[in-house]
Amino acid sequence: MSSLQFDIAHLLAGSLVLASFVMLYQDRLYSLLNVYALHASVLALSVAWQAYVQKAPHLYVTASIALIFKAIIIPVALHRIIARLGIHRELEKVIGVGMTMMAGIALVALSMVVMLRVTPGADALAREDLAFALSVVLLGLLVMVTRRNAVSQVVGFMSLENGLVLAATGAKGMPLVVEISVAFSVLIAFIVIGIFLFRIRERFDSVDVQALDRFRGERR
Amino acid sequence: MIAVALWSVAVLLALAPAGIALSTRPRGSFVLYAACLIVTMTLCVTGALHLLDPAHPPSTATLPVGLPWLGAHFRLDALSAFFLVVVNLGGAAASLFALGYGSHEESPGRVLPFYPAYLAGMNTVVLANDAFSFLVAWEFMSLTSWALVVSHHRDSENVRAGYVYLLMASFGTLALLLAFGVLANGAGYDFDAIRAAHPSAAAAGVVVILVLLGAGSKVGLVPLHAWLPLAHPAAPSHVSGLMSGVMTKVAVYGFVRIVFDLLPEPVWWWSMVVLLVGGPTATLGVLYALMQRDIKRVLAYSTIENIGIVFTGLGLALAFKAEGLDWVAALAFTAAMLHVFNHALFKSLLFFGAGAVLGSTGERDMEKLGGLIHRMPKTAFAVLVGCVAISALPPFNGFVSEWLTFQAILLSPQLPSWGLKLIIPAVGGLLALAAAFAAACFVRLYGVSFLGRPRSDVAASAHETDRFSLAAMFALAALCLLAGIVPGLLIDALAPVSHAMVGNVMPHQTGLEWLTIVPIAESRSSYNGLLVFLFVALSGTAAASAIHRLASDRVRRAPAWDCGFPDPNPAIQYSASGFSQPIRRVFGSVIFAAREIGEMPPPSSPRPARLTVVVRDLIWEALYAPIATVIGWATERINVLQFLTIRRYLTLVFSALIVLLVVVAL
Repeated sequence: MSSLQFDIAHLLAGSLVLASFVMLYQDRLYSLLNVYALHASVLALSVAWQAYVQKAPHLYVTASIALIFKAIIIPVALHRIIARLGIHRELEKVIGVGMTMMAGIALVALSMVVMLRVTPGADALAREDLAFALSVVLLGLLVMVTRRNAVSQVVGFMSLENGLVLAATGAKGMPLVVEISVAFSVLIAFIVIGIFLFRIRERFDSVDVQALDRFRGERR
Repeated sequence: MIAVALWSVAVLLALAPAGIALSTRPRGSFVLYAACLIVTMTLCVTGALHLLDPAHPPSTATLPVGLPWLGAHFRLDALSAFFLVVVNLGGAAASLFALGYGSHEESPGRVLPFYPAYLAGMNTVVLANDAFSFLVAWEFMSLTSWALVVSHHRDSENVRAGYVYLLMASFGTLALLLAFGVLANGAGYDFDAIRAAHPSAAAAGVVVILVLLGAGSKVGLVPLHAWLPLAHPAAPSHVSGLMSGVMTKVAVYGFVRIVFDLLPEPVWWWSMVVLLVGGPTATLGVLYALMQRDIKRVLAYSTIENIGIVFTGLGLALAFKAEGLDWVAALAFTAAMLHVFNHALFKSLLFFGAGAVLGSTGERDMEKLGGLIHRMPKTAFAVLVGCVAISALPPFNGFVSEWLTFQAILLSPQLPSWGLKLIIPAVGGLLALAAAFAAACFVRLYGVSFLGRPRSDVAASAHETDRFSLAAMFALAALCLLAGIVPGLLIDALAPVSHAMVGNVMPHQTGLEWLTIVPIAESRSSYNGLLVFLFVALSGTAAASAIHRLASDRVRRAPAWDCGFPDPNPAIQYSASGFSQPIRRVFGSVIFAAREIGEMPPPSSPRPARLTVVVRDLIWEALYAPIATVIGWATERINVLQFLTIRRYLTLVFSALIVLLVVVAL
């Protein structure tokens, strides 16, 4: 692999992490969705680049799945859900942008250290890719943890899944069947969560998960 | 040999699912118990053949199940063979009894599938030759017996008994698991490898304590006994017989296998611990038994007493072996094994008798029984034999094993260590006290339930039990007498076991004239069951006929229409509580904090006077209740985790992940 190919792969994976960071401080739902669409597009690009570099045509399928489902269908569907729920004007309190960003930086550093320590034998691209992928996964989790709105938790989950796909394509040789099944499981999770969103709203007039807690008689 | 045994176990396992299908058929339980009877007889004969053939090498087998790199190892040696005989003799008797008794079962679907599985579990424990198979079989045995305990689940007390049992069984398995963990350190899980390894003295000591906890919680050593009198009576009576008579023996097997076989030479303080647990267990167990009114519970507490005797024997064997007196160790060990065998016989017999009474009257409270000797004469006779045997009266088998234990105790002055020299006579005193209490306990049980006049309508309308149950009881009663008259045969059969475990054997017995047994040498002491039996039989017959001749012929004068009873009310008879009152007053006030509250109505009030007796279980209050409180408190606190918000759960998962990653990174 030439150093240019390596650098471009590196750049794309790094942009994915960057997109995750952008996602961290979005406090409006629509902009969060737009960033998610960007996230998925960068993923699609990165996977396509891997397909070209590794000369693995089946990865193009993965890339197109990412592009069509994650960058287009899911964001559009979520847009419509938000519009129907009428929560597009809601501002979401993210727990202190500064704190969140600091935590995110710490997570990236942590995943770098972990990956460099545990994979000394693997080739350089796989190592870098795995480190970036782990950062994306951790940042996705951080999004889920810091949000209260069910929709943004779903988005956090989806971005987490993007990290998994990145890891899988970097590691060379994940069979197509597995990728397709992962893609479909995400789609099904999306459908189930979407249905739940409406059910929650029917019941509580809100998709704020705090309503669920109040319903269970919990104190915060 | 081992192949026959393993195939029989496989048949028992296959019978378990068959039990589900058979439970809905009208003759289903008969078929299942008959099959169990045949298989257990096969296993019993297999064990006996192996034990009686002195030249037999241990036969082993490895099955490709269990841990992938280990497999399941099985081995039939002298010790396994002996316990195979004990387990399957009890199993066969219980199956024969259940041929008749099982037809009364209300919900056979709750008993039939678990019964053969339970038998299979006990047999596998005895045959296992690696730690993994042993523990799996042990836990399988616990779980199936738990299912049998809660088979009558409509009774809330049975469910509670099952709960306590399950907790204690898990605790015991945990202790054994840790013990094997220490043993396997550097050796692996195969028993052969463990035997060859040399653990350090400290590790071996830890193993002994852990095994004492693990096996002790299964046999009901005080203070781990609390579950036993709850769980054993809760099961159907033939299973109660199995649990008390046989499963406790399997736990004794586990103790002997690990402490005598797998560990290196014993150290003197091991025996100290075992003796200090065994002696008090014997005395306390029978004292508890004396306070009970429920027949099956009396029997369960009496099991604790007998286990105390067995463990005292084992402790003596450890003590003498540690001090180099092999020949006395052989005597003590053989006595303990003989008591294992004997207790399996008479405790099964007594539980079957209790089951027959329960089946015929529906009553377990002896204050509501009485006069059964007229209504169930055959059962009454068999139970009488069991009571005499368990009270250790010659010429029955209970006497032989206890006498041999005392012979070993009497040799304790030969020990060089002063600690043991002082403690063994004290334990002997406890054992003697227990023996006397046991006699009182069974006089009480038999006298109140079977003699006198019926105290309730159900007792008055009792009828004799079916022929299969009677056959099982009479077979066991005959074996009790036989084992009491020819104990020499049993002692010789136990020689290979004793040789393998303590490295020496008792003197050869079968060549002696008149079936005498001598524990050490003929000049010191000997016992002859046959002569005692003949003397008891002859003098008893002579006395009975003399009394009949001389006393019954006399003309006697009595008030008319009275038939010798001045008051026709059966409530005036000696009651069970009345019988045990002196013992309760002497011992109970300290050990059970027993109090009597007399309540006298004022003159002119028509209320009856009342006497209330409060007996508390101090061990339960001092040991179990605080632990239960602490665990309850801790679970209340941890329970908060069940009701967190979604976001907090996510945060918990997230932080756990981060912590793990940090650990990896550092």
